[in-house]
Amino acid sequence: MRYLPLTDTDRREMLSVIGARSVDELFRDVPASAHLGAKIGGLPDHQGELEVERAFQAYAAKNLSPATTPFFIGAGAYRHHVPSTVDYMIQRGEFLTSYTPYQPEITQGTLQYLFEFQTQITLLTGMEVANASMYDGSTGTSEAVLMANRVTRRHKALISGGLHPQYRRIIETTAKWEGFNAVIGKPDVEGLEDLIAAVDKETSCVVVQNPSFFGHVRDFARLAAACHAAGALLIVVVTEVVSLGLLKPPGEMGADIVVCEGQSIGNGLGFGGPYVGLFATREKYMRQMPGRLVGETVDADGKRGFVLTLSTREQHIRREKATSNICTNAGLCALAFTVHLTLLGEAGFRRLAEINHAKASELADRVAAIPGVKLLNGSFFNEFTVRLPRPAAPVVEALAARRILGGLPVSRLIPNDPSVENLLLLAATETATEHGMGPLVAAMKEVL
Amino acid sequence: MASSQDRSQGRTGGIVSGGTAEAATYTGNRALQIEEPLIFEMGQPGRCGVDLPEPPRVKDRLNGLRRTGDIGLPGLSEPQVVQHYTRLSQKNYAIDMGVYPLGSCTMKHNPRINEKVARLPGIGDLHPLQPVSTVQGALELIDRLAHWLKTLTGMPAVAMSPAAGAHGEMCGMMAIAAALKARGERAQRKTVLAPESAHGTNPATAAAIGFTVKPIPANDRGRVDLTALKAALGPDVAAIMLTNPNTCGLFESEIVEIAQAVHAAGAYFYCDGANFNAIAGRVRPGDLGVDCMHINLHKTFSTPHGGGGPGAGPVVLSAALAPYAPYPWIVKDGATWRVAEDESKVEGTPLGRLKAFHGQMGMFTRALAYIMSHGADGLKQASEDAVLSANYVMAALKDTMSPAFDGPCMHEALFDDSFLKDTGVSTLDFAKAMIDEGYHPMTMYFPLVVHGAMLIEPTESVAKEDLDQFIGALRSLAARAKTGTAAEAFKAAPLYAPRRRLDETLAARKPILRWKPSNNPPETDPVKQAAE
Repeated sequence: MRYLPLTDTDRREMLSVIGARSVDELFRDVPASAHLGAKIGGLPDHQGELEVERAFQAYAAKNLSPATTPFFIGAGAYRHHVPSTVDYMIQRGEFLTSYTPYQPEITQGTLQYLFEFQTQITLLTGMEVANASMYDGSTGTSEAVLMANRVTRRHKALISGGLHPQYRRIIETTAKWEGFNAVIGKPDVEGLEDLIAAVDKETSCVVVQNPSFFGHVRDFARLAAACHAAGALLIVVVTEVVSLGLLKPPGEMGADIVVCEGQSIGNGLGFGGPYVGLFATREKYMRQMPGRLVGETVDADGKRGFVLTLSTREQHIRREKATSNICTNAGLCALAFTVHLTLLGEAGFRRLAEINHAKASELADRVAAIPGVKLLNGSFFNEFTVRLPRPAAPVVEALAARRILGGLPVSRLIPNDPSVENLLLLAATETATEHGMGPLVAAMKEVL
Repeated sequence: MASSQDRSQGRTGGIVSGGTAEAATYTGNRALQIEEPLIFEMGQPGRCGVDLPEPPRVKDRLNGLRRTGDIGLPGLSEPQVVQHYTRLSQKNYAIDMGVYPLGSCTMKHNPRINEKVARLPGIGDLHPLQPVSTVQGALELIDRLAHWLKTLTGMPAVAMSPAAGAHGEMCGMMAIAAALKARGERAQRKTVLAPESAHGTNPATAAAIGFTVKPIPANDRGRVDLTALKAALGPDVAAIMLTNPNTCGLFESEIVEIAQAVHAAGAYFYCDGANFNAIAGRVRPGDLGVDCMHINLHKTFSTPHGGGGPGAGPVVLSAALAPYAPYPWIVKDGATWRVAEDESKVEGTPLGRLKAFHGQMGMFTRALAYIMSHGADGLKQASEDAVLSANYVMAALKDTMSPAFDGPCMHEALFDDSFLKDTGVSTLDFAKAMIDEGYHPMTMYFPLVVHGAMLIEPTESVAKEDLDQFIGALRSLAARAKTGTAAEAFKAAPLYAPRRRLDETLAARKPILRWKPSNNPPETDPVKQAAE
């Protein structure tokens, strides 16, 4: 077996040093009733690389990849061009096959890129501190609510109807098992929701998304002020982080915690994961944050270096009093994010955002011109909602039959709600072309 | 504090190496060890590492919320970016470089075929919310991995969506809470038992779900004290959280009795599967009486650790807990795969949802490639080689270092620091000296139940000659420590790493968590210098 360096001779020699006759002796603590004599049945034996690769090519061939077809789906995962440099860098063995930097003297590479990553996140979000990543935006959002509950010592979270429906489900799940009250808003299709009146002295936080799940761009400055007046925190969620190249950052609106899904930068669609959660807050709440933090310090020679810090928040030190149980997070996806953002820089990131907005504007105008289709957004970044004259799910299936991935029927994530049955969510990034938009519009005219 | 000035000073103090005093270099670099500024100290406005077309002019639809002012991101060209991250990479130790015996973390070989297949466009470039008719191969792939995981563990169900081991713990303990709720005993059963040697994630998870964690003691053989456990079991106990093989690297020999006692008391058995790699293919947790167990795909099935993730933590579930799996799961209807994700339908789960979309697909792909490459025969052999290697290290070092427990270990060898008694050398010093010998240190000071613990997990990926060299290095270090005159030298270690010991107290007392222009004294700010 190509991965196993020990030969039978090695094994015999090692057993003799150990003083055991066979490897079975080393497993003697396993109860006899649980000892499997032979290998587990019903499973194939080892295979060469060629055979393994063929098997995966067969799986791949049964899927329709966006790379080969008109593609307009977003809803929390966005298809962007990732420069070749990014994937090349994250496959360097020194990054790929290292672990959490517990020994800082020999993991300065990881620690420095995470310090740079944390800095980039604060700049994008307009916040003061950021951690070294969460699993993804969806789990990070739940962690933000728990953090707000700790900070405020309150147990009522107001959840906007503009939040991604699966993010909302995760908060509901967390609320059910970790014991707090999540008040869920109705789907905010039109982007007109006003939560200010609902904020009271029991509210720990309000969770909003910008742009919202339905694509609307909102100013939350007044909501932030209302939250602060009531002693609550404002949590702003961003599922399309490229929007921060063009939009006023949540920090400038008064957000207390910002959670982003970072997938759009550096990380492919990957059928939903792994992604990278970005988590930022105000300095005064730093010690209530979940996750790893990298800090600057000096070594014994006075040279600048980086270490994991403020670990007394974390499970390996604090155990049952930890701010979160998170351990392994999304290090390599954070590297992909930071390499891509470094390539983009100020000019590239802003331009990328402009292109996304322009492409989506073009798509919105063309789709809205189809008879019977109504654009619901007065504002959007690169994603918007249209109302179709009939249910969206079969329309999307009919488009898929024509090899067009034409958006998300909102009913897939908000089922059994007649008010959203006809809604279609469409996204366009810099990867959208005339070769995609033209066929989409033509096919929609046919199937509607 | 950090500056080009510091860097140009080189290493102060004239450390003698091989009889030659090291001279400072002009750059502060030392051959292949290149000092690297932060990206924020390198950028120039007007530089960019991508070429994007001029955006077409359109009327803003941003609700008047266009960003004003600079973001503050530096501008670098592509070659600068490549050099920056290449240089940073060279400051990391990694599995690809040598023995990485970080106990409990399973730093085994990461095959590159796994990376390749995860990047096939038909797998890596799929949107999670594409119509399911267009992702049949992806769903089949997930189900195939699920089949392997269920078969290897002897468990009837698996929840695939948890994003890491700790997230899997959350899933398993929520499933237990859901099952208790269904029995009407959620309010009554508030206690979770866990050994003092448990991973920190265990008590953190249990506490998050509102359980009170009660420690159970170990016996002098490093296993759960069955009598004490039985005494602790009662109508208030929801579950036991137990790692097996345990964090001391030992198989819980009375595990079947433990499971029986736990079940007899009406509680559930959560197994922390962090150490499943020791027994995969040889022992099925289902045969031990486990109710749920997370599997760290990045450990047992070698999806890369990536500098701290991403991982994946699927949770296998017993028949008792299977009805409480979270959304989503994959269902086969005739010849068609679909995703059960509609919580409003009758198949709805009482648990809920833990993560957006369908789990860590990229990790699933890599794990399945690893599993298929090994096969049933190779997985068994890998577990046996991991256990053999750890026992070999233990046997070879037992007279030089001090094993924490007698008898064979599983996949990791645990030592305490009694062999360092009165030498002035601590576990930390010993570990840092290993760095100068070219190794990543073992896990230090964990588990907490062993004084000055050193947990060595060689894994199955190390050749015998490399194990022998590693053993020789530790023997040599132990001998030096035991001279009683080497404490100062140990405390100075490491000397040859990209950095010497870092001041962690300073980092925590005055946290600097981001670069700011003011972090640097103005006169040594390289950006400013370059501008002049």
